[in-house]
Amino acid sequence: MSFPWANEYKPSHPAMVWLDEKLPLPRFVFNAVGAGYPVPRNLNYMWNFGVLAGFCLMLQIVTGVILAMHYAADTSVAFNSTEHIMRDVNWGWMLRYAHANGASAFFVVVYAHIFRGFYFGSYKAPREMIWLLGVVIFLLMMATAFMGYVLPWGQMSFWGAQVITGLFSAIPLVGDALHTWLLGGFAPDQAALNRFFSLHFLLPFVILGVVILHIWALHIPGSSNPTGVEVKSESDTVPFHPYYTAKDGFGLAVFLFLYCAMLFFFPNALGHPDNYIPANPMQTPAHIVPEWYFWPFYAILRAFTADLTIPFTHVVLVPAKLLGVLAMFSAILVWFALPWLDTSPVRSGHYRPTFRKIYWLLVIDVVILGYCGGSPAEEPFVMISQIAAAYYFLHFFIILPLVSLIETPQPLPFSITESVLGKDVETTPAPAE
Amino acid sequence: MTQSEAAETGLGSEASGVRRRDFIEVAAVSAAGVGALAALVPLISQMSPSADVLAEASTEVDISAIAVGQAIKAVFRKQPVFVRHLTPEEISKADAVPLSELRDPETLEQRTKPGKTQWLITMGVCTHLGCVPLGTAEGEPKGEFGGYFCPCHGSQYDTAARIRKGPAPKNLVVPDYAFTSPTVVKIG
Repeated sequence: MSFPWANEYKPSHPAMVWLDEKLPLPRFVFNAVGAGYPVPRNLNYMWNFGVLAGFCLMLQIVTGVILAMHYAADTSVAFNSTEHIMRDVNWGWMLRYAHANGASAFFVVVYAHIFRGFYFGSYKAPREMIWLLGVVIFLLMMATAFMGYVLPWGQMSFWGAQVITGLFSAIPLVGDALHTWLLGGFAPDQAALNRFFSLHFLLPFVILGVVILHIWALHIPGSSNPTGVEVKSESDTVPFHPYYTAKDGFGLAVFLFLYCAMLFFFPNALGHPDNYIPANPMQTPAHIVPEWYFWPFYAILRAFTADLTIPFTHVVLVPAKLLGVLAMFSAILVWFALPWLDTSPVRSGHYRPTFRKIYWLLVIDVVILGYCGGSPAEEPFVMISQIAAAYYFLHFFIILPLVSLIETPQPLPFSITESVLGKDVETTPAPAE
Repeated sequence: MTQSEAAETGLGSEASGVRRRDFIEVAAVSAAGVGALAALVPLISQMSPSADVLAEASTEVDISAIAVGQAIKAVFRKQPVFVRHLTPEEISKADAVPLSELRDPETLEQRTKPGKTQWLITMGVCTHLGCVPLGTAEGEPKGEFGGYFCPCHGSQYDTAARIRKGPAPKNLVVPDYAFTSPTVVKIG
């Protein structure tokens, strides 16, 4: 679907006319990300991050396919083949650093994209499906990033694999069998490394498929915008091309500037020195942490240190290990329920004074969780994680639904055009749907 | 095919309204479904440990060189095994703990071989998420209870390698083992 005033694809070259009749792929692109897609005229730079995420996915696929040409997924040579890429392969050091830092860059832009969605209520009707698919993409990204980190077979790779697959052993009854099945052994070894490599190669293409669904679902209602007021007339929109191709192009240039600064000047800033030690199943590094983008969730995992028991008895209802695992997964799965937890009819945080406050509290809370997740499992970080984890769930299950019910939002502009120009110059606005 | 067509071709059973064609359709789809499910068996089973992984030989450990108060790490199934020669103080400390205080109640007696209470042999794999706890080598932290301390998530084990504090749900696992001679232990 598109708005009735969308530009129509009119090929002039006979070859393009011929192609349009046989396979209207250029028409599809024109309507998806070209002049045929009308977009609200008031999008700010927070709307850059979707395109940037798409760019990061392509960057990871291109560098990753190249790295796979030089890497060997065998426990005896995996570490050495990674060093071979770093030292011997032409430009190998750059491609590997581009891929490793590309993963971090991908998560930076995706977190910005997600928190843009939180603030501007992008998950609300009629855009729930876009949001749900986005959460699926995020889960797939986490799985992909985790398995990629295992491949160099350094100490952090090995122990990351041990700890993260160990999460599944917390599941009652079938946990241990499931754990062994996932690893193909009793601890991470050849079978695990090889299957992680296979899946790490596959999943980005699965992500690409879900991204296409994500954009497809987006094009049904069209993009949201900072006011959260739906498009009412042609004056509310501009064509995606050239307006947003140019704006996204500028954002991409800024992104590349920062990314290249990381890549060329601080390529190991986000890595761990321990991962330059070959995997040793006999020795756990003193301080093992996952990559920074998992820290908030890792802090929630570690926040559960005591069993849930029937009070004043020793009857364990839920062991601490399972509680931590459940909480960690719930911290992301709760996002699936977000469109129904936030019942306020106003989308944008611009017009929700109380929501705006709790939004920033949530941001601070997640940053605190992230800091604790990257710190050792000792006091005061354990206690801070517990408080911050409790607040995280309080936000989604109690505070947000409550604020949605009792808050009085500020008045919304009549239209996007009015919010931009101060008045809507359309004398006869098209009737709203 | 409509009802009247079914009647014309004589394929239907007028009484129940079930045609021969309906039966063939249900049977064909059912057979295909069963076939698809059967095809899943190898696809899922290939993920389980392969024969060579399962065939890992048992490990023999010479314990003659382990002095009282010392511990070593051996390798079993590519995982660490802790062999610890307990001091009399560590044994009495473990025996002094009432079972009601334990998350996973077991006595030191139950976790060692009869008459060999001083030899504590456990997997060196934290029951939380599988890290190798510290406390075998000289100078490593042994945690509040003098046994083992897992640096990953802070689980603390006592001198019988029983979980006392932190997120781990179970005591360190005691593998199958036997003394083949007074100084040699066969694990697995």
